[in-house]
Formats: sequence, C-alpha cells, structure tokens
Amino acid sequence: MSYSGGRILLSSRGEGQVSRFRAWVLLVVPLAAILFQVSVPLFFQFLKYLELPLLVVVYFALMRRNQMAGLAVGTAVGLAQDSLSTNPLGMYGIVYTLVGYFAASVGVRLDVDHGVIRLLLAYFFYIFHELLYWVMERALQGRQPAFKIEEWLIFGVLNAIVGVALFHFLDKLRESS
Amino acid sequence: MESFLNRYRSITVLLLVIFGQLVLLGVQLKNDQNVTMIRSWTATAVSPVLNILGWGRHSSVGFFRNYVLLHDASEENRRLREDLDRLKVENVFLKNELNTAERAKALQLFAARTPSKTLAASVVGSAAGSDTNAVMVDRGTLSGVERGMGVVTPDGIVGKVLYAYAMISVVRLVNDQDFAAGVTTLNGVHGVLKGQQRPLCKVDYVPIEEKVAPGDMLYTSGDDHIFPRGFPVGPVKSVRNGQPFKEILAEASALQHGIPEDVLIIVEGVHQELPEAPPPNQPVYINPAPPSSGQAEDAMPEGQVGTEADRMRSQIKALGEAQGHVFGGSDGKLPDFNARNPSPSPAPATPAAPGASPPGQPEKPPGGAAPAAASKASDTARHTNQAAGGGGKQDR
Repeated sequence: MSYSGGRILLSSRGEGQVSRFRAWVLLVVPLAAILFQVSVPLFFQFLKYLELPLLVVVYFALMRRNQMAGLAVGTAVGLAQDSLSTNPLGMYGIVYTLVGYFAASVGVRLDVDHGVIRLLLAYFFYIFHELLYWVMERALQGRQPAFKIEEWLIFGVLNAIVGVALFHFLDKLRESS
Repeated sequence: MESFLNRYRSITVLLLVIFGQLVLLGVQLKNDQNVTMIRSWTATAVSPVLNILGWGRHSSVGFFRNYVLLHDASEENRRLREDLDRLKVENVFLKNELNTAERAKALQLFAARTPSKTLAASVVGSAAGSDTNAVMVDRGTLSGVERGMGVVTPDGIVGKVLYAYAMISVVRLVNDQDFAAGVTTLNGVHGVLKGQQRPLCKVDYVPIEEKVAPGDMLYTSGDDHIFPRGFPVGPVKSVRNGQPFKEILAEASALQHGIPEDVLIIVEGVHQELPEAPPPNQPVYINPAPPSSGQAEDAMPEGQVGTEADRMRSQIKALGEAQGHVFGGSDGKLPDFNARNPSPSPAPATPAAPGASPPGQPEKPPGGAAPAAASKASDTARHTNQAAGGGGKQDR
C-alpha cells in the first residue's frame, strides 16, 4: 500500500496518479464480482449484503480518475448486474453509473491510495447506492421499500472493510508505470 | 457548441447514459394501469407540452372566435346591412311597380268604363317656373294629343293640355291660376272652376239664390268644350254668399294626394250623364231590417197612421158615425162636435145622441148608440193604445 505523502486532498488533478489496468482485468474483475454477487449468497446468506460489483466500480472509477471511464464502468457493471437479476434493466445501471461518475469525480481531488479515504469512500458510496436505489424503486417501480438506514449503515461498514481489502488486492492488478 | 461539449463532455455523457438507461427502464416497467413506463413517461413528458399547445390552441381559437370571427361578424354585419339596404331599395322599387300596376289597372278600368276615348300617359316632369302649375306627360302629337285636350284620372280632372309636342305634352293643372272649366252639381247648379295657385279652387258665377252646400260634389258640365260632361271634379269645401255670386271653394280630387303619376288624356270626349248620387267616399254599413213582427202589424192596422191629425180625423169620423151623420151628405146638418167623444170602452149611451137610434129598433146594448161606429172607434183606440204600449183593460 503506497500513500502519497500522507495528504488526503490533492492540490491539482495532475498531482494524483492515474492507474491503468489491462483490458482483461477490466472485464474479468467486474464479471467475477457479478458472479460472486449472484452465486455466493446462495451458499452464504449473509454475503448477500456484500456489494462486490459496487466496490469494483468504485475502485476502477477512483483509480482511473476519469469521469468518463467511471460512468462507463458503472454503466456496464450495473446493466450486467441487472441482466442477471430480476430487476428491470437500468436500475443498477443508473445507480452504478452515478456512483462511477461521482467516484471518479471525487478521485480527482482525493488521494485514493490512502486507506482511510478508500474506507470512507467505500462506505459513503455504499450508503449512496442504497439510498439511490431506494429512491429509484419508489420513483420508477412504484414500490414502497422500507427505508432501512440502520442496515445500510451497518452493512456499509462491512462493505467498506471488504472494499479496502478488495482495493488492496486490485492494486496488484494495476499496470506498473 | 463543440467547445461546450468538450468542456462538459463528461456530464453530457453521464446524462445521456442515464437517459438511455431510463428509457430502457421505461420500456420494461409498467405502472398500475399495466402501461409501460416509457409510455407513461412520454405522456407525462409530453403532457405539459400538449397542455401548452392546447392552451395555445384554445387561446388561438378564442382569439379567432373573439376577434377574427367577430371581425368576420362585423364584415358579415356590414354585408347584411348592404343586403338590407339593397332589399329596401328593391322593395321600394317593387312597391312602386305594384302601385304603378294598380294605377294602370285603375286607369284601364276607368278608361273602359268611360265612354270617352282616352289615352294613358305618365307624368314625366314638371314645367319650369314657380308660378306655373303644369306638368309634362309622355304623350305628344305623335300619339294623337292636341292642345286643349282634357286630362283626367279616375279621381277627377287633372288639367288640360297646354302645349302638345311630338312626344311630350305640357298639362296645365287644375289649380293653376289660368285654368278654368265648367262644373255643375248634381242638382244642376252650374259654375266655372278656376285655379288660384292654392290647393283649393274657386267656383265662379254661381248665383246666390242657388243652393250649394259644402260637401256637394262637382262634375264637369261640358260647357267649356274641353271636358265632357260627367267627369268628377271634387267636393265643395266652403260656400259663402257674395255679390253678385256665391264664393265657393272646391277641392280638386285628382290633386288631393299630389300630382298623379299616371293620367288619361281625353282624345275624344263623350258627354255622359251625371251620377244620381255622388260616389261615397267610404262604404257605409247599413244594418239589415229587423224581422217582421205580427204584434207590430196588429198594433198598427192597415191604413192607420200615427200622426195627431190622423187621430183627430179618426175621432171626428167616429163621432159623426155615432150621430148618424154622413160626411159629405146633402142634409146640411152638422154633427155635434161638442158631444162627448164615444169612449172606446163599453160605456152607457150618451143623451147627446137620442136620435141616433132609429125608432122601433130594439134596444141597443149599453153604450151602443152607434154600434158599428162605436165598435170601430173602440177598435181604433184599442189598437192605438196597444201600439203605444198602454193598458189593455178594454180588452177584458
């Protein structure tokens, strides 16, 4: 784990380091995360709260430091997750698109290699994604889902911790500059 | 535009991607009415525009109706007014045509009725000059009109031809100061009608001993050798005794309602008899006679008249018959007129008639000195009383 001088906020876009990944990494990692999301909860019920696709999107968006790349990853992962779920296509697509975009936007200003930042961002975007999905469920699907903010806060911690570990693993897949 | 897209490329792409996925969701999702969301969203998104368009359409329609159509209504109103004016003119024209036809029919009837040969003409103008009452008619010498011919209408004489040209003639009107015509009344009073530049004409040379009264109808007398005898002139309006003639004012009936539009020119005059009575101006309703009553006939016997003299005659006759006197006889004895008049009621015989009953005759019933005469007188009195509505005690 490398930290950029112990600072959290970057003074300029050029100060942050743009990570690059191989193409297969960009394909296999999200796919693996989606498959994990789909298959593992069947065996381990408690893991259904683990949003690996979301964490993957946040990671790639943060590390790419590019909003276009972030929304592209988010859209692709979200639509893929929608395709494998019972949700209408676009529910997770919109949520992950916005998450990828905002994550890339935040990654420009923050030192995304910082562990705490990663933890906080993972937690924040989990809450954000749950809140946005709740809103979309109500707005677009006409459902009345429960506003489970306590669960979101708790599982946010879980996902943040898992995310920091995942991010550390994915750092290994970055291309060396 | 390109720089704008470059600057906001990421947000633009984000919005496009979000929009695309929303469309994707809309295609899949359905609302409570089982309508896909894309339809619902589209309708929802379009509805404000439709509302705006509808408002605009209503506003346009309202504007069109309230302004354009009103403007058109104003135009239509103007057009209708023009049509109304045109129809009014046509109506007046047709009325004039109808009046002309009616006048022509009246003239035709009058011309057919009068024995004189007449020529119909229309007044086409008035002669120049303010002190001359003359008009021009559309008939001249080519139509046989000659100077001095009389001009009449069914209402009366109009004037006489002053000048006759080829296709037009000048007619001096009755009320012209140089006009004169011989007139007469139904009872044979002759005079000369003269115009005096006023509506009323005067009738000269009527002696004061002649009987002429206002309302008498004047007719042409034929003395002037212009108008044949028997054409109506007009009624007498006022009569005053002057010296040495009466001062009579009469109205020319033909000019009563102004100058007539159609006239008849007397080409060949034929005298005709005066009517026995002046033509009534207005028809008078005469109530039919009441149905005959037998009571009235009984009340007034045949030959009985109701005057005082007749009643006195009847009384004297009854008195004479009661005394046996024969009126018109040669004995020279007069009846006693002071004797009591025989009562129609059965009364005792009066002593004033001792000799009335011949000697040797059986005694008469009471009151029957002259039974037949008394009975007749009694009947006469009874009928008179009945006719007068008196009591009927004698009948009992």
